[in-house]
Amino acid sequence: MNLTQTFASVVASSQIDANNIEPTVNNPAVATGAFSYMWLLLALPLLGAALLLIGGKRSDKWGPYFAIAMSCGAFVVGAIMYLKMLGLPANDRPVNLHIWDWVIVGRFQAPLGMQLDQLSIVFVLLITFVGSLIHIYSLGYMKHDPEKRKFFAYLNLFVAAMLLLVTADSYLLLYVGWEGVGLASYLLIGFWMYKPTAATAAKKAFVVNRVGDVGLSIAIMLMFVTFGSVTFPGVLNNAAEGNPTTMTWIGLMLLLAACGKSAQFPLQSWLLDAMEGPTPVSALIHAATMVTAGVYLIVRSGPIFDATPTARTVVMIVGAITLMFGAIIGCAKDDIKKALAGSTMSQIGYMILAAGLGPVGYVFAIFHLVTHGFFKANMFLGAGSVMHGMNDQLDMRRFGALRKVMVITFITFSCGWLAIMGVPPFAGFYSKDKIIEAAFGVNWIVGAVALLGAGITAFYMTRLWTMTFTGKSRWTEDNKHPHESSSVMWIPMAILAFLSVVAGFMLAGAIETWLAPVTGFEETELAVSSLVMEAASLALVIIGATIAYLQYRRDVPLVAPQHVSPLTVAARHDLYGDAFNEEVFMRPGQWLTRSLVFFDNRGIDGLVNGIAAALGGLSGRMRRIQTGFARSYALSMLGGAVLVIAALILVRT
Amino acid sequence: MSTTHYLVLSAILFSLGVLGVLVRRNALIVFMCVEMMLNASNLAFVAFAQQNGNLYGQTIAFFVMVVAAAEVVVGLAIIVTIYRTRRSASVDEPSLLKY
Repeated sequence: MNLTQTFASVVASSQIDANNIEPTVNNPAVATGAFSYMWLLLALPLLGAALLLIGGKRSDKWGPYFAIAMSCGAFVVGAIMYLKMLGLPANDRPVNLHIWDWVIVGRFQAPLGMQLDQLSIVFVLLITFVGSLIHIYSLGYMKHDPEKRKFFAYLNLFVAAMLLLVTADSYLLLYVGWEGVGLASYLLIGFWMYKPTAATAAKKAFVVNRVGDVGLSIAIMLMFVTFGSVTFPGVLNNAAEGNPTTMTWIGLMLLLAACGKSAQFPLQSWLLDAMEGPTPVSALIHAATMVTAGVYLIVRSGPIFDATPTARTVVMIVGAITLMFGAIIGCAKDDIKKALAGSTMSQIGYMILAAGLGPVGYVFAIFHLVTHGFFKANMFLGAGSVMHGMNDQLDMRRFGALRKVMVITFITFSCGWLAIMGVPPFAGFYSKDKIIEAAFGVNWIVGAVALLGAGITAFYMTRLWTMTFTGKSRWTEDNKHPHESSSVMWIPMAILAFLSVVAGFMLAGAIETWLAPVTGFEETELAVSSLVMEAASLALVIIGATIAYLQYRRDVPLVAPQHVSPLTVAARHDLYGDAFNEEVFMRPGQWLTRSLVFFDNRGIDGLVNGIAAALGGLSGRMRRIQTGFARSYALSMLGGAVLVIAALILVRT
Repeated sequence: MSTTHYLVLSAILFSLGVLGVLVRRNALIVFMCVEMMLNASNLAFVAFAQQNGNLYGQTIAFFVMVVAAAEVVVGLAIIVTIYRTRRSASVDEPSLLKY
């Protein structure tokens, strides 16, 4: 605790009380000095992506190294920005770099610029650091892939888009980054597009994300109508005065966007399928960074949610539902990556839950996001290492006893495992327990859900760990010699494992002081001491872990048992999320399109074709009048002339 | 003789011309009937000119004659061509205007 305090005072060079801080108004200073180079953050990875994609086969040889250099370069720039920011007093830290005027039409002003403050720098560091490690890891993991260059180009594209998302200074520019990461995610899930499952999964992720994106675009439109601006200062500084109903709608639409991107209930179905992508992608995009964009959006939009308790409560409920949803799914999956994906969903549920608690939770949402970024990326990379050593086997029922043959992976994975369960002093203990405490401070039902979730987390993670690393070997015939991965793969894992151990303990206390000027912060008031809460959650964790260990230590059948409880069956089917979507959206949608096609064919086309046929028939009849006899024409001319003359005479008299 | 007499004669000539155009098949006869209609109208013009005591109607009669002469040239040429190709001058025969 002493060390924590020291670190806190180092981080916050200006002494501010971490307790009960109101967010300062969102008024970033104009970037000068080193900050005026922050555009490099976006430019470097974007340059990498562009060169590798345009360069084609010529860049095959040096491309991956170049991509790694660009990603590491972005990290260095981010680190310089961070150090620069450390030297400034808290209220001077937010800076804005105007890049150019994007859309200036009448009342609609969208200047394009980057905003770097305490919140976005945390993301910048997380994205570039974990991103760079995963770039390096991919060098080993994708070594034999013929399309390696393209993979690195997409990874760089993702890093650029994600950095744009977190450094944008307006919702409109954030939307650009938001779509950019969606595109990168689509490209990378479907990276092995010759596998139909991968192609379908990519499409599914893209489509489900679109549903959320509609929410974001509606929210932006509502912001413009309400505040006449889409920049963060323009919207957030005025949010308190907004009409509560409008604020609620903006909040709910932002939540919809967050649900799409962060795989929250009810838009959670794409994340499990997204595991079809290469494992480094699952680690970077679908665990550590992109899926947490929804949390960023909600925390960033804090003042909007401050103005609308309704939307905030909905956020909290969505988080609570998803954390149980993901945890239950994680318990039943035999595919190691899908079990981890269920866990990701559940952990992001914790973050969204924390973000829905308001100023007591924002900081911990981000805290958990950072520690989760470390330990989940670590575990995904560990899973990738296991797959790499096992001929791309994914079925945990075919693992077992890998502890001895993959020592480094076992140790690093164990760090992640202890961290996610929240065993002190690993990272998850500091972040997750804070969320549980804050949840109890707001509503005891939500607190109980979060607490129970911790127990289930311990169960499924221990199940995964036990089935993979301990017990007897259940390897398939062609897989008799699993091996440890090369150093280019295990070094990133080791770094992440180290951070899974120390990140929580280093950041606890410090992160509240750091983020409070942007997000605001309030101490949670609890009826019981936090020690009791920690003991309770630790007890649940130990119970969950023990049950799992005893159950899966030995005698894991090679084929999943069929006679199991209805809950297990449901969890194996992702709690019928897909079936629900199919019944409620897909089938009625198909009926709708079919009936529309029918109406179009029979109704609209029928009308048009009918008129055409009637006119055609009539013309056919009228054609008969043209006999070809010149004299008959002469007669009709005469008749006409007589009629005209008769009419003239009649009119005159 | 009063103008009325001229006009009655003109009307009779015009009606004969119309009747001829409608009932006769031979292109030449039809043609002559058209000329008769033109001349019937000329007669009416001249009669009105005399009644009004000026030359306007006379002038128009000359114009009509000039146009009729031009028309005769073109019309006869067409009729001769049709006769050469079809060996007949019947107006019912070349039903090229048929649907």
